[in-house]
Amino acid sequence: MQRTLESFLRALRAVDVRVSPAEAIDAHQAVRLVGYADRETLKDALCAATAKTADEVVRFETCFETFFRRDEFKPGKAPPPKPDASPSQGGQASESALGQMLMENDAAALSQAMEEAAERAGVADIRLSSQRRLLTRRMLDEMGLKDLEAFIARLQQAGDPQGAALAQRLTERRQALFDEANSYVERQHDLYAGESSQRLREQILADERLTGLDGHEIGTMQTLVRRMAKRLAARYSHQQRRSKRGKLDVRRTLRRSMVHGGVPFDIVWKHETIEKPKIVAICDVSGSVAAAARFLLLFLYSLHEVVERLDAFAFSNRLVAVGDILEDEQVEGAIAAVLARIGMRSTDYGQAWEDFCALHLDQLDRHTTVIILGDARSNYVNPRIDLMRQIHKRARAVIWLNPEPESFWSRGDSEMERYRRFCHVAKTCNTLNELERIIDDVLRTYLPR
Amino acid sequence: MTISASAPEPASLASVEAIVENLAAVGYIASRRIATALFMASHLTKPILVEGSAGVGKTELALSTAAMLGLPLIRMQCYEGLDESRALYEWKYGKQLLYTQILKDRIGETLGDAPTMDLAMDRLHGMADLFFSEPFLEPRPLLQALRTEAGCVLLIDEVDKADEAFEAFLLEILSAYQVSVPELGVIKAVTPPIVFLTSNNVRDLGDALKRRCLHLHIPLPDAKLEQRIVSTRVPGIEEALNHQLVGFVQKLRAMDLRKSPSISETVDWARVLLLLHAHALEGEMVRDTLNVLLKFEQDIAAVEPQINELIKAG
Repeated sequence: MQRTLESFLRALRAVDVRVSPAEAIDAHQAVRLVGYADRETLKDALCAATAKTADEVVRFETCFETFFRRDEFKPGKAPPPKPDASPSQGGQASESALGQMLMENDAAALSQAMEEAAERAGVADIRLSSQRRLLTRRMLDEMGLKDLEAFIARLQQAGDPQGAALAQRLTERRQALFDEANSYVERQHDLYAGESSQRLREQILADERLTGLDGHEIGTMQTLVRRMAKRLAARYSHQQRRSKRGKLDVRRTLRRSMVHGGVPFDIVWKHETIEKPKIVAICDVSGSVAAAARFLLLFLYSLHEVVERLDAFAFSNRLVAVGDILEDEQVEGAIAAVLARIGMRSTDYGQAWEDFCALHLDQLDRHTTVIILGDARSNYVNPRIDLMRQIHKRARAVIWLNPEPESFWSRGDSEMERYRRFCHVAKTCNTLNELERIIDDVLRTYLPR
Repeated sequence: MTISASAPEPASLASVEAIVENLAAVGYIASRRIATALFMASHLTKPILVEGSAGVGKTELALSTAAMLGLPLIRMQCYEGLDESRALYEWKYGKQLLYTQILKDRIGETLGDAPTMDLAMDRLHGMADLFFSEPFLEPRPLLQALRTEAGCVLLIDEVDKADEAFEAFLLEILSAYQVSVPELGVIKAVTPPIVFLTSNNVRDLGDALKRRCLHLHIPLPDAKLEQRIVSTRVPGIEEALNHQLVGFVQKLRAMDLRKSPSISETVDWARVLLLLHAHALEGEMVRDTLNVLLKFEQDIAAVEPQINELIKAG
């Protein structure tokens, strides 16, 4: 039974429930305590020992159900063999151990044989869905399929009617066995490989171009964005707490100790006040950039723990504040709403700066970081460099994220080279990993050194 | 991993069924999962980390366990800035100071006849230890829990509100049931207490802490369990009303509210309805008492227009 538990723990790890050796020991102790007899108690006990967050509990439950689901093995969907016929036929079939089992319809023995064969064939090491056929075949071979097939062939060639009937029945049951083996391997695949291939996909996706995603990938991407933001948030909220601790304030400590005749009972600490980042995000939502803007905004809004104030604006020619829309609705829905309102028109950066400076310039102060996302393709209208200079002067930092690679920046109607002079940082940003790195840098500059 | 001295094993912890029954006797309706976790915690001598949204009965579980076992409950509320001088022990500085002042003359006498400086220093060393000994130690909750001879139930409430440094400090207690006091050495638990930690998920707890604990997630109960809880907690309530009000609350939970009502709110509401001598839910009365269930203005505004439909559907 120990091995069963080992493979169950492995299955748990495969679905991303982290089981450390210490927890594995707990699980073993738990099983020794409650035993295998009562399924529900076993489930609860193992759950308490291994799954450590609400998410993990959910994953644990599905994994437990899949793993310990042992369907009744039913190779003989045909009516059970007639009592008078079975002994003689069983005797005949004994040339193949597998055939014997199939004819006797011995479910327990068959499922045990399959488990053992799976063990030998290494089915539990399955990683990719393309391995399924190969492993099924290998497992059946381990069960003695070759002998059975040879035996059936011999029966058919012999030509005696009773033998032919037996061969017929064996063939039927062999088919049932195939089905059973297929579903067994399928289940193993779900248990051990489902999550790992998911993780592989996510890794690839993090380096995928944001502007070229199809609808199906966007969903996965949003989960990824949230997870990345959470990681950053955890990192920076932690550092803030640490630097809040402060140093000894010698002067005030001495002053207070006067009351106690110079014995320093009350110790006073210096506190550093930490400013949370203030960010103004200005996003171009014309067709080419909209996808990247969606992820930038999602990313920034998921950082609400760390970012104190976030003002978001979107434009294609006129500029609008999208903060309210983003607060009220889920970010995904909000982006669509913004796009419907102002998106997909011909871009005019000059007009956008004009709108921004007229209405929102007072939001910029020396604590504010301005993040601009856009390709700087302004259709040859006046780029209003003077306004850009003004923004640059007021803000703490201006960061321009451009989805296009740097070699494109001076070509065609791109004004990037001219805007670039007024940015503290100008970078290409077209994958999630790049996005994370840049936001990471922004947040870091707000920490006291 | 676990320490050799085994936890107290009264009959009330003998099996999962016994735990369910005995908890019910002190007024806590536990699901099997809760009982199993408690069963394992007492037999494997491990702390339980209880998670779940506010008001599902995390703290109540610890209180009821203490009541069930007839053990004292020692409760430590965590908050940001909590440190070991408030959680574990503190020296009674004032008393130390007072004693040195009072004993000043005696100290002078003792030291006066010492022929050399070294000898005087030696005597002083001997006295310094006097002042850092048990009589001057102010035990805080954790130390109290370790020193209770008959065992106790230790509740470390809302551990996620404490800093990460404090979390690390807890590790020694949770895994070995002992603490190190620099001046006194290691203090081991006389009888390992049953430890509950609760968390509201204000922040993610460290893996090291999680690994040392059994994990119990208490979800919001289904209608049947909730009815039983209400009838245990509010004994006078009529069966029909109970059925109706739990149904109403369950429907609220399915709505998109900022804070769904939890068990404690259901129980409060049941009490209020009982006080108002209600026999069935009526629109007017529900509207007046809705603030017991819902704690946000927006939530109340969202539910109010639908009250009659919600009652009718149930």
